[in-house]
Amino acid sequence: MKFERRRYLTQNIAKILIWMAALSTMAVMALIVFQVLWEGLPVLSLSFFLDSPRSMGREGGIFSTIVGTFALTIVAILFATPLGVGTAIFLWEYTREGRISRTIRFGIGCLAGVPSIIFGLFGFVFFVIYLNMGWSILSGGLTMAALILPTIISATEEALKAIPYSFREVSYSLGGTKWQTVTRAVIPSALPGIFTGIILGICRSIEETAVVILTAGSSLLIPTSLFSPVRTMSVHFYILSREGISMEMAYGTGAALILLVLIVNTVANWLLSRYVRKKA
Amino acid sequence: MEIKEIKERFIEKILLLIAFSSITILALITFFIFGEGLPLIWKIGPKSFLLGERWVPSQGEFGILPMIVGSFWVTFGALLLGIPLGLACAIFLCEWTPPWAGMILRSAIQVLAGIPSVVYGFWGLVVLVPLIRNFLGGPGLSILSGSLILSIMILPTIISISEDSLKALPPNYKAGAFALGATHWQTIWRVLIPAARSGIVASIILGMGRALGETMAMIMILGNAVKMPSSILDSARTLTTNIGIEMGYASGDHRQALFAAGVILFLIIMILNTLAIVLSRRRAG
Repeated sequence: MKFERRRYLTQNIAKILIWMAALSTMAVMALIVFQVLWEGLPVLSLSFFLDSPRSMGREGGIFSTIVGTFALTIVAILFATPLGVGTAIFLWEYTREGRISRTIRFGIGCLAGVPSIIFGLFGFVFFVIYLNMGWSILSGGLTMAALILPTIISATEEALKAIPYSFREVSYSLGGTKWQTVTRAVIPSALPGIFTGIILGICRSIEETAVVILTAGSSLLIPTSLFSPVRTMSVHFYILSREGISMEMAYGTGAALILLVLIVNTVANWLLSRYVRKKA
Repeated sequence: MEIKEIKERFIEKILLLIAFSSITILALITFFIFGEGLPLIWKIGPKSFLLGERWVPSQGEFGILPMIVGSFWVTFGALLLGIPLGLACAIFLCEWTPPWAGMILRSAIQVLAGIPSVVYGFWGLVVLVPLIRNFLGGPGLSILSGSLILSIMILPTIISISEDSLKALPPNYKAGAFALGATHWQTIWRVLIPAARSGIVASIILGMGRALGETMAMIMILGNAVKMPSSILDSARTLTTNIGIEMGYASGDHRQALFAAGVILFLIIMILNTLAIVLSRRRAG
């Protein structure tokens, strides 16, 4: 009987500890988000978003950094999406599990684990110096594309996995070739999943800082071409707070960043729950 | 018919080429970073590079031991807190949980995964650092604050992969344990966790890689002193922050030395990645 009681005592202690862990994780998240939003939201206004930074960001808004973030993200997505979707389609539709697919998967897994500072170093020697693109949207965007490639691949793979095999059989039975099957039966049904991957990739490139500093520079001017250097919101936030330029502006930029990431994440989740999981 | 077949073949070849893009990028990264970094390691000798205690670029002294030690302690601290917390959250998500609580935790984790690392660093700087300075003494910018922030940052990695491997277990493991009269906790602790071991270890290794690679947040809260840390309240510099701080103005040998530090970091990360991949394959197999 004594043994019996102890078993349940242990279980109850474990239960309490696990609840405490879960609650403290939620609390930490809430603390960080609320702290930044509480101090930052009052700074936000229309002119904060639409004015360019003046005197190193002490005054004005963050307009040029928003433009920079968008430009860099778009370049990254434009390059990473075809590569990512193509890789997933090859792995899922064109090959069986074997040496080739294992090698490719190993490469993807390794790439996913490479820290962003290494991507930054690579982008710096390869794009900025070796290919002579300078600190620019293009160098930054291409490096970022390499960084988000694994994210897009795995999201697309998840989507392809969820498509019932019968979809493909119907296409084949109608005399469709492999490529026709892929483009007309598989990809359309995988689109929401692919979009989710793209959105997660957008999230990564919004939050990334080390890569951008090393490959896109930190100019506060509004970019005029693909070869202009830019500063993204994350980099701006980093410079404002680290160099102590303006705490007020830093909080404002931080709040804008968190809001942006929250919105983008919510959209991704909505897509995922509405279209992808339903099919599985 | 002929043309159609040629087209199909052509497309397949193109896709194969695309599929190798990740490996190509990985090879390019290796080639260019080693190309910049290795010559310097040879020049000053691997031993004095890895075990040298002085990093004074202006005098041509490039010893990265303080940074290696710094990286080690910060990562170790992050895992010390992050593993139990992450594992507990993973268990919370798979077992025992009322669905509403699981949903809240899951979205909390998603938000944590989405918060930019600079925001973590900033929060650590304005909230955690003053707390540590006031209550524990020292500069506040320290290994302790770095570890605390990192442990939060690696939570999403540890939780999601451990949760996946717990979820992938066949349901009859649990049923069997219950049938033998085990309590729910005994089932979790003695059956489910050991069975999901390789996935859990993989999640820890990936979390470790994440912690080792974090740069911006650590620049903001570690204090960045180049010296051997002697306590957890000391300020420190890691392999990554050293690169992040000095890359902006380094040139010549100095820049090569930063790339050489990158080589070391890259090697460590690749070993960790390989381990994690092998472990998760074993889980799948």
